[in-house]
Amino acid sequence: MSRKWIFVALLVLALTLAACGGQKATEAPKAEQPAATEAPKAEQPKATEAPKEEAPAAKEKTVVIGFTASQTGKYNVSSTRQTTGLQMWMDDVNKAGGVKLADGTVVKFKAVSYDDESNKDRVQELYTKLATDDKADFLISPYSSGLTAAAAVIAEQYGIPMITTGAASDATYKQGYTVVYQAYTPASRYLTGAIDLLMNLDSNAKKVAFVYENSKFATGVNEAAKAYAEDKGLDVVLFEGYDPDTKDFNAIINKIEAAAPDAILGGGHFQDGSTFARQLYEKGTKVKFISLLVAPPEPTFAELGDAAVGVTGPSQWEPAAKYTPESAKAAGLEWFGPTGESFTKAYQAAHDGEDPSYHVAGGYAAGLILQKAIETAGTVEKDAVLKALDATDMMIFFGHIKFDTSADAHGLQVGHDMILIQWQKEGDKLVKQVVWPEAGATAKPIYPIH
Amino acid sequence: MGDVLFTSAIDGLLIGVIYGLAAMGLTLIFGVMDVINLAHGPLIALGMFGVYLLFTFLGLNPFLAVAIVAVIGLLLGVVIYFIAVNRVIDAPPLSSLLSTFSVNMIIIGIGTAMLSTSSYNVDYSMGTMDLGFFRAPGARIAASLVALLTTALLYIFLYRTRPGKYIRAVANNRISAELMGIPSTRILALAFGVGVMLATVAGGLIATILPINILAGGSYELKSFVIVVLGGLGNPLGALLGGLILGLIEGIVPVFMKTTWVPVIEYVLFVLILLVRPQGILGAKE
Repeated sequence: MSRKWIFVALLVLALTLAACGGQKATEAPKAEQPAATEAPKAEQPKATEAPKEEAPAAKEKTVVIGFTASQTGKYNVSSTRQTTGLQMWMDDVNKAGGVKLADGTVVKFKAVSYDDESNKDRVQELYTKLATDDKADFLISPYSSGLTAAAAVIAEQYGIPMITTGAASDATYKQGYTVVYQAYTPASRYLTGAIDLLMNLDSNAKKVAFVYENSKFATGVNEAAKAYAEDKGLDVVLFEGYDPDTKDFNAIINKIEAAAPDAILGGGHFQDGSTFARQLYEKGTKVKFISLLVAPPEPTFAELGDAAVGVTGPSQWEPAAKYTPESAKAAGLEWFGPTGESFTKAYQAAHDGEDPSYHVAGGYAAGLILQKAIETAGTVEKDAVLKALDATDMMIFFGHIKFDTSADAHGLQVGHDMILIQWQKEGDKLVKQVVWPEAGATAKPIYPIH
Repeated sequence: MGDVLFTSAIDGLLIGVIYGLAAMGLTLIFGVMDVINLAHGPLIALGMFGVYLLFTFLGLNPFLAVAIVAVIGLLLGVVIYFIAVNRVIDAPPLSSLLSTFSVNMIIIGIGTAMLSTSSYNVDYSMGTMDLGFFRAPGARIAASLVALLTTALLYIFLYRTRPGKYIRAVANNRISAELMGIPSTRILALAFGVGVMLATVAGGLIATILPINILAGGSYELKSFVIVVLGGLGNPLGALLGGLILGLIEGIVPVFMKTTWVPVIEYVLFVLILLVRPQGILGAKE
C-alpha cells in the first residue's frame, strides 16, 4: 500500500519537474542571444557617426527602430525572413544617405532587436524594454498575429507608432488603437481568393473542408473564409482546428477523407502547414484543390518535393507580382521606393539566387511605409508622423498601401490585395506560379490535382 | 462511419505500438531500479536526431540507422547510469529524480545550442501502401513493424537469455540476486542501457514518419508516463498495452469530436487510473 503512494507521489513530482524543465531548459541558451544580436548592431551608430565628423554642418539624427524577432521557436523561419527584409530596407536607406527632412536634418535609422522566442510573454517584456530602456522612436511588429497583438498593447500604452508586418489578424485593429498600422492584407481577405478561383475553375465543386491551426491568425482567416464560402453557396463539410504543435495529422486526415470534400482549405503557419501537406500526400488523400496559409509561398516548401505539387496558397507578395510605377500611374496612385525587380535582384544577390518570400518583402515594406510617413511629415515628431500615416495612399513594390482611419478599425490595411500561388512541375523542377488573380497569373492552374 | 472508425483504429494502433515502445524504456528502468528517468524525453529526441543525421549526412536507410542508434543508445545508457544513477541508486527517490533531471537539462541545453529548436524532417518516403480497405504511408507501417519486432526481441532477451534473466532477478530482489552471485551493478547498468536504447529506438522510428525537433521528446515523455500508469508501473507488457490504448484514443476520439479534445481525454484517463487503479491495468511489477 505505501509503495503505491510512493509511485503516485513520484509521478506527480516527475511530471511537474518535467513540465518546468522543458521551459527552463529552452530559456537557458536563449538568454545569451539578445547579447549576440546586439553586438553587430552596436557597431551601426559608429558607422553613421563617422560622416558626422567630416561634415559638422549637416545635422544628423539617429532614429531608433525597435522590434523583436523569433530567432528560436516555431516562427523562426518566417520571422528571420521578415527581419532580413527590414534590415535590407534600413541598410538601403542609410547607405543612400538617410532621409533628408525639410529643415536639413538627415535622419538615419538604427535597429534594436531581441529574440522573442516565439513567445507572447517575452514579446511584452521586450517591447516594454524597447519603449523604456532603449527609447525606441518607432516600432515594427514581431512576426505573427498572436505576438503582434501582444506588442500592440505596449506600443499603444507608450504611444509609439508601430508598423505591423507578418500580422494579418483583423482583431488587433479593432481594439481602438491609434498608433498601430498594418502592412499586410488582413486575415478576413486571406482565403477569399482561393474560393473565387475554385468556383471559377469548377462550378461543380461544392464541398469544402476547413482544417486550420488553432491560432489567432488562422482562426480569424478561416472563420472569415467560411462565411465567404457559405455566402457563395458552398457546403462546408468540415470545420476543425488543430493544436499549433500538431505533428501527426493522420487522425484529421481520416476525418477529411470521411467527409470527402472537393477542396481542402486552411493551414496555419509554416511548420504545421508543410507537415499537413506532406502527410496528405503520403496518405494518398484524393482531393481536387488544396489551399493552405503561409507555408506554400515559402521557397522552402519546395523541399516537400512531389507533396508540394498542386498545393496553392495565398501570398502577400511574390517576385512576379506586377506592381510597378506604371501600374501606380494607371491606378492614379503615387509610387514610392524601389521596384519589385530591383528588390528581388538585391535579395537574390545576397542569398545565392534564392527568391525573396513575402515575409522578406513585408519586412522591407514596413520600413518603406515608415520612411514615407517621415518624409511626408518632414519631421520625426510622433504626432506628425501619425498624421502622415493616416493619409498614406501609395503604391510600393509590395502593392497598394492605405489604412482605415475610422475609429472602429483604425490602422487596418484596406489597400493591399492577396495573390494566389501554386507549385507546379516544370520537368523535374518545382516552380511557384501565380494563378490568381487572373490578370496577374503567370500560369494556368493545375486542376484537379488528384 | 464504419470505414472511418476502422481506418482510424488501425492508424491509432500503428502509432500506439511506437508509443508503447517508448514507454517500455521508461517502465523497464523503473521496474528494475525504482528510478524515474526524467531524461527519457531528451533521449527520445537524441534517437530522432541520430536517425536524422545518419540519414541526411551518411545517406543511410533510416531503418538501418535505427539499428545503429539502438547500439549507441545502449552504450549511452550505460554511461549515463555510471555517471548519474549508480551513486544515487540507494539514496531517497528525490536524488535520482534530480540527477536524471540534470541529464535532461544537459541534453536539451547542448541540443538547443547545436540544433536550435527548429524542426527537421527525415526526407524519406516508402510511398503509400494501399490495401483497398486501408491506406497508409509505407514508412508508417514499416516503423510500427520494427517497433513490434523490437518488443518481441526485448521479450526474448528478458526471458530467454542469461543477462535478461539476471535483470529480472535483480528487479525481483536485488539482495537475493547478489547472494546468488549476480553482479548487480553491472546488471543495473545493462538494464538502464536497454531502457535508454528503447527510448532512442522509439525516437528513431518517430523520426522516419513525423517532423522532429530537440524538444519534441517532451510530448512523448508525457505520453510515456500516461502509458506506464495505464499499463502498470514496471510492467513492459503493460506498457505495450497502454501504448495501444493511447494510440486508439488518438485515432478514434477525433472521429467523434474535435481533435483538440484528445489530450483532455488522455489526461483525464491518467488521473482516473491513478485514483481508481494505481497499479495499472495489468498490475505493477512485484
